[in-house]
Amino acid sequence: MHALNQLGRYSNLLYQGLRSSTEFRTYRKNLFQELVKIGYDSVPIVILVGIFTGSVLTIQTAYQLESGFIPASTIGAIVSESILIELAAVIPALVLAGKVGARIATELGNMRVTEQIDALESMGLNSVSFLVVPRLIAGIAMFPVLYIVASVTGVGGGLLVGHLSGAVPTADFLKGARMFFSPANLVFGFVKSYVFGFIITSVACFKGYYASGGAEGVGRSTTEATVMACIYVLLADFILAALLL
Amino acid sequence: MIEIRNLSKSFGDMLVWEHVNLTVADGETLAVIGKSGCGKSVLLKHINALLTPDSGEVYIDGQNIFNLDYVLQRKVRQKFGLLFQGAALFDSIDTFENVAFPLRYFTKLSEKEIREKVMQSLTYVNLEKAASKMPSELSGGMKKRVGLARAIIMEPKYIMYDEPTSGLDPQTADEINELIIFMAETFDVTSIVITHDMFSVLKVADKVAFLNDQKLSWFGTIEEMRLSDQPDLTEFVRASEYQI
Repeated sequence: MHALNQLGRYSNLLYQGLRSSTEFRTYRKNLFQELVKIGYDSVPIVILVGIFTGSVLTIQTAYQLESGFIPASTIGAIVSESILIELAAVIPALVLAGKVGARIATELGNMRVTEQIDALESMGLNSVSFLVVPRLIAGIAMFPVLYIVASVTGVGGGLLVGHLSGAVPTADFLKGARMFFSPANLVFGFVKSYVFGFIITSVACFKGYYASGGAEGVGRSTTEATVMACIYVLLADFILAALLL
Repeated sequence: MIEIRNLSKSFGDMLVWEHVNLTVADGETLAVIGKSGCGKSVLLKHINALLTPDSGEVYIDGQNIFNLDYVLQRKVRQKFGLLFQGAALFDSIDTFENVAFPLRYFTKLSEKEIREKVMQSLTYVNLEKAASKMPSELSGGMKKRVGLARAIIMEPKYIMYDEPTSGLDPQTADEINELIIFMAETFDVTSIVITHDMFSVLKVADKVAFLNDQKLSWFGTIEEMRLSDQPDLTEFVRASEYQI
């Protein structure tokens, strides 16, 4: 019953968000701020995650294929395809569920318990349009950009570590990456990143917007937003893989 | 004019109050008094539809606010200025921007005009020198005064004050009372003051509504309150006098 109630409130918030997305003047300023916070401010952590993911994947793949019967270019193919299809979308999303999701849930939760959201409404402003819509749009818009950053740095990190460790010559890595590259895989990665951006920002907005119970309640909402976003990201990853591959 | 008709509210199984009937005429100042937790702030949040009742109606200038769609409700809300108990200032922007906030979203005033209006509003509450301070740098009394400056910036027809003097020293509390009187007299606004501070009630109010035992227990003018022999009301008023 509680889960149904939560689902109803979540759906209602999204419906209100959709309806009020036409009030561009209300959320214009917040949208630009959120594009920076969700996108630009997340670039360093996404670069870090991308480089290390690509590096570790290259070393481990090379270790598993060191029999000598399999050409080194296969490592490049496996690393680049794994990053484009799965890792550049999922791993940054799990990290950003903590960074972006926690920030949004805390901000909105704090505004809720200190009556700042009531203050917006009492002035005649649409608080969903002002607070939720810009965060949703920024999340959906910026996660694909971060996916590109993670893909480039992931493949680049793998290429670099393969070269430096001597596990895969650069030419072989690139040959393998080109050989198995399919635009459909890139599209699949983009679809995932759109969905993950929506999940993380919408769950965080929902948890923060309906927070209650003072500082403790805000902490609880933030934790729930982060944990739920991670679970839904993994669940969505599975469903998308089953549907699209 | 504000008319509350047969309003009832509960949260889950907990009844807050029921069958509340009240009228606030234009230009009047109504004080809503009662013990802590009796639902004064809940009543306030029904008047501009921040909360929805279980049953009953609230008419603002003849329109039942709960029969209006969200867009029209927001139009009605723009007739109100609301001073929250904790001031509810936006903590990511400074004092000036907090007061300027409604002007930026609901008017097409130039930057110069906005600056003039904000500084005038801050002057009313003696905080013109705090314009660049962040809310975290303000004391409780200053926050309330900034909240008041923000509440009056759009020159509302109605101003609602939620516990405007609670948690303040007597001198600052009296300054807030003076401001409430100043707003009522200067701008001819209709005011509703939620409080359990009887000094404030006697100073600013024309009429008093007493919430007790989950209902509107008593309603009348200040003079009628002084003469009333209703036991709960006299006990509440006497308890305040003991604190002098």
